[in-house]
Amino acid sequence: MNRGVIHVDESPVPLERWRQYLPNWLKRFLPIRGGRSQDHHGKGMFGFTVFLLSESIVFFSLIFTYVALRLTHSQNWLPPHISGPKLSTFVIINTIILLSSSFVIQTAENFLKRSQLNKFRWLWLITICMGTYFLIGQGIEWSNLDFGLSTGLVGSTFYVLTGFHGLHVLSGVILQIIMLVRSFIPGNYNKTHFGTSATTLFWHFVDIVWVLLFSVVYLWRA
Amino acid sequence: MIHNPSENLAQNREPETDSENNWRQYFSFSTDHKVIGVQYMVTTFIFFLIGGLLAMLIRAELITPASNVVDRPLYNGLFTLHGTIMIFLWIIPFNAGISNYLVPLMIGARDMAFPLLNAISFWMIPPSGLLLISSFFLPNGTAQSGWWSYPPISLQIPPGQPINGEFIWIVSIVLIGISSIMGAVNFVTTIFWMRAPGMTFFRMPVFVWSVLSAQLLQLINLPSLTAALILLLFDLSFGTQFFKPLENGDPIIYQHLFWFYSHPAVYIMALPAFGIFAEVLPAFSRNPLFGYRSLAVASLGIAFVSIFVWVHHMFTSATPSWMRMLFMVTSMLVSVPTGVKAFGWTATIWRSKLHLETPMLFAMGGAAMFLLGGVTGVMLAAVPFDIHVHNTYFIVGHFHYIVFNTITMAIFAAIYFWFPKITGRMYAEGWGKLHFWLTFIGANLTFFPMLPLGLQGMVRRISSYDPRYQGWNIVASLGGFLLGVSILPFIANMVGSCLYGQKASDNPWFATGLEWTTTSPPPRDNFAEIPVVKRPPYDYGDPKYSVIEPPDYHQQEH
Repeated sequence: MNRGVIHVDESPVPLERWRQYLPNWLKRFLPIRGGRSQDHHGKGMFGFTVFLLSESIVFFSLIFTYVALRLTHSQNWLPPHISGPKLSTFVIINTIILLSSSFVIQTAENFLKRSQLNKFRWLWLITICMGTYFLIGQGIEWSNLDFGLSTGLVGSTFYVLTGFHGLHVLSGVILQIIMLVRSFIPGNYNKTHFGTSATTLFWHFVDIVWVLLFSVVYLWRA
Repeated sequence: MIHNPSENLAQNREPETDSENNWRQYFSFSTDHKVIGVQYMVTTFIFFLIGGLLAMLIRAELITPASNVVDRPLYNGLFTLHGTIMIFLWIIPFNAGISNYLVPLMIGARDMAFPLLNAISFWMIPPSGLLLISSFFLPNGTAQSGWWSYPPISLQIPPGQPINGEFIWIVSIVLIGISSIMGAVNFVTTIFWMRAPGMTFFRMPVFVWSVLSAQLLQLINLPSLTAALILLLFDLSFGTQFFKPLENGDPIIYQHLFWFYSHPAVYIMALPAFGIFAEVLPAFSRNPLFGYRSLAVASLGIAFVSIFVWVHHMFTSATPSWMRMLFMVTSMLVSVPTGVKAFGWTATIWRSKLHLETPMLFAMGGAAMFLLGGVTGVMLAAVPFDIHVHNTYFIVGHFHYIVFNTITMAIFAAIYFWFPKITGRMYAEGWGKLHFWLTFIGANLTFFPMLPLGLQGMVRRISSYDPRYQGWNIVASLGGFLLGVSILPFIANMVGSCLYGQKASDNPWFATGLEWTTTSPPPRDNFAEIPVVKRPPYDYGDPKYSVIEPPDYHQQEH
């Protein structure tokens, strides 16, 4: 069979030109050149980031529901005798604990990158404690509120939004415990451990979501 | 040349004993993307048959004006589960299956990026589907509120029944959604990270571009459906008030969240179909795909615009006029990249000698029917027309022209086109053509009458109607039964050819994609050696000159 091929592009593999304008941190996630990647850490982190993008849309939808309901139904937002979620000192301390745990876990991750496994384990354990403290604190806060899940729109939105976030905190803590246990298995940990990087990223994500939820639920007064 | 595939059969090939005895792997938890792809395709095809049976029951009810075949609650359950099964258990997971099979082969990878995750996302489908269908056997039957499950209708459940059809519907759709999200993460990562050396973005086949666009839509839009269903579940079972109008809730918010996913879902279904057209049409007209780059970018364009069109499903839901105008314009904008696609397909087959094998028949039939589906879509984007035909059979006709006459036809084209690659055997051409003509005639007989019926005002989702609509309904019902019959030669052909078909060569169509450079069926690791890509994907050229590349041309240039 004749092989008079037309449209042949025999030039060497081109660098995709737009890539050079990207910031460095983004380039790490985008191996554009085409080539089978042996970088399992990078591949895993890319996938996990994409998954978090998706997760953030769930929270975005929930916050959208909250804002839309609040804007259109502000008259009946609070049933009589109900004051809504209170911005108590307790909640503020809980929030501070959760947000500062982001710095702790990042420091732990940095120690792992410098191969200081013991310091990593201690800081990792502190993060687990802070996350657990937040969950217990949320439970105490819930039990002291004067409204329930079916008490008007305020109850529906408050418990579902904070509960869904609490579920993510719980998942984060479980992931952290798994990673801590695994770090005691000999030969399991190296500098670029995908599991810890993903857990750290997830924890930052949970914190950022909490900032948004905290703003709409507690700081937005009627 | 291409017209007689039997000429290209590998006469002297060793019998492939291991692929014959390996049917057990399709029932096992395998992480091979090819096995998972076939598992997806076969499982969803079974759901397709179930959904089709429900549709034939609906058509049997509608053949007479009176409500006499099934009672009304059952009828509600029938159309609810027909829509749900066809969307969530047939087209979307089937596309996931064919993409699973083809994407790693097309980009020169040995597997998907996360094989274990891939297997898990498949194994969530059969239990969720069985759970959904099992709700037929509940005392109060299945969900009855249509596949939208709009509140407050979906919340009207008799008290004291914590496990009801609606509850099961929500749970299984959430599970299928989680499976889709995991699949989408996997596809996007695979396409970004696993390409062979030299496989730049603009050397990827259009099918891969379409899968990338569709899966990005899954990632961005599907979570809003999940959120909506979680809130609906809380309203249904745990006493919250998000969507209950009598208790200050707002059902319109559900519609926003629901359509933010479910409009793009149409493109999640359609984009892989467009990709299939872009693979099949060049192969059987021996022309390079016209406007490759435009078609590739148009996939992303369709995906991008479709994110901003969801309100056109809510023109009659107390939507303010400025919003209607805005979304009318964005909805019509979708026709621009879609038109680019249709123009590209037409120009590809322009002045070429067509080889009308079965895949080509299905691809051309599907692309032609997309014309009617697309034009009625643009009509529906116009606010005044949409208000006129709202909730009539016109919508049903339009929708089925897209999902059956375009997408399902494309799926059949894909099955026939890649059948030799998947099974290593050829299908029977005569049976394939019989299947095509029965399907094509049956589909048009079924779905065309719905357009005039809708214009005359026949409302959808009713089991009895005014006798003046009966004429077109008889035509549609007979067409529906013909469509049901048309699946029989397909099943016979597939089963028979799998077992007794002639051995196929590695590249029976002399197509140019990377997937044709490996053996049929491909070995466990897809390629003996990872190919280095140096050419654009549709290198067909003039039919007189460049028809064949030898299967190992990538290795020659090492």
